[in-house]
Amino acid sequence: MSSEISRLRVKTWICATVVVLSNAFGDFFMKRGIPVSAQLASPWQYIGALFQPWVALGVALLVLWQMSRMALLSWADLSYVLPVTSVGYVVVAFIGKVMLHETITPVRWAGIVLIVAGVALVSGGTAPRTHQPADVPAEPTVGATA
Amino acid sequence: MKWLLVAIMVSATTVGEVLQALGMRRHGEIRDFRPTAIGRAMALLARNRYVIGSIAAMAISFFAFMKLLSLSDLSFAVPVSAVTYALETILAKYVLKEQVNWLRWAGASLVICGVALVSL
Repeated sequence: MSSEISRLRVKTWICATVVVLSNAFGDFFMKRGIPVSAQLASPWQYIGALFQPWVALGVALLVLWQMSRMALLSWADLSYVLPVTSVGYVVVAFIGKVMLHETITPVRWAGIVLIVAGVALVSGGTAPRTHQPADVPAEPTVGATA
Repeated sequence: MKWLLVAIMVSATTVGEVLQALGMRRHGEIRDFRPTAIGRAMALLARNRYVIGSIAAMAISFFAFMKLLSLSDLSFAVPVSAVTYALETILAKYVLKEQVNWLRWAGASLVICGVALVSL
């Protein structure tokens, strides 16, 4: 059973890392690629913007973000995933500092410390899954007979 | 108008993410990460009622967020969205039946305060 717990923990860490990095870099490339809102007057210009290389990369990363988040939630608790993936706010702050030379104010540093402490409490102190996978019935599908 | 949009955004995000967690749990643990297996899982999930509901709720939340950004600053919109962490943790306990012990409550509380500070 302990090997099952460590297997789930390693898998959770890998998947959570993909969730956090794809979200942070997806947002970054979207912001980098999207033109200022004044140039996005019509729906066609929005659709056109999606085909600019940086925006397309951002969208691809955000698709990866949602897919990896769904995979993570297929075995991990929501009350575990929520605090642990919030480390993304910290990653975004550091991306801003390193790549866009934004300054991190003392208030933001305080926020970063609180988020990291919260993530450490939840990820270090609790198991990713507390519910029993055998408890849930088979998934309902649209069009399936009751 | 601003607070109505906040209410719509927060409730739609909360409902969407809880439905997503419910749908994925019903689907069961994803063990096979090869492309064909992922394709099969996506085909199944596209017919999962909870997942379909979660996508609809997240779309509502996304457009409410966009509208809110046109009325207020990002430094208002992002901190108020941290409220969803509290609501979703409560629903995780009572709807998803997760064991939310004091470590998780403490962690969620720290994260809520931290997110509010980071986005100020």
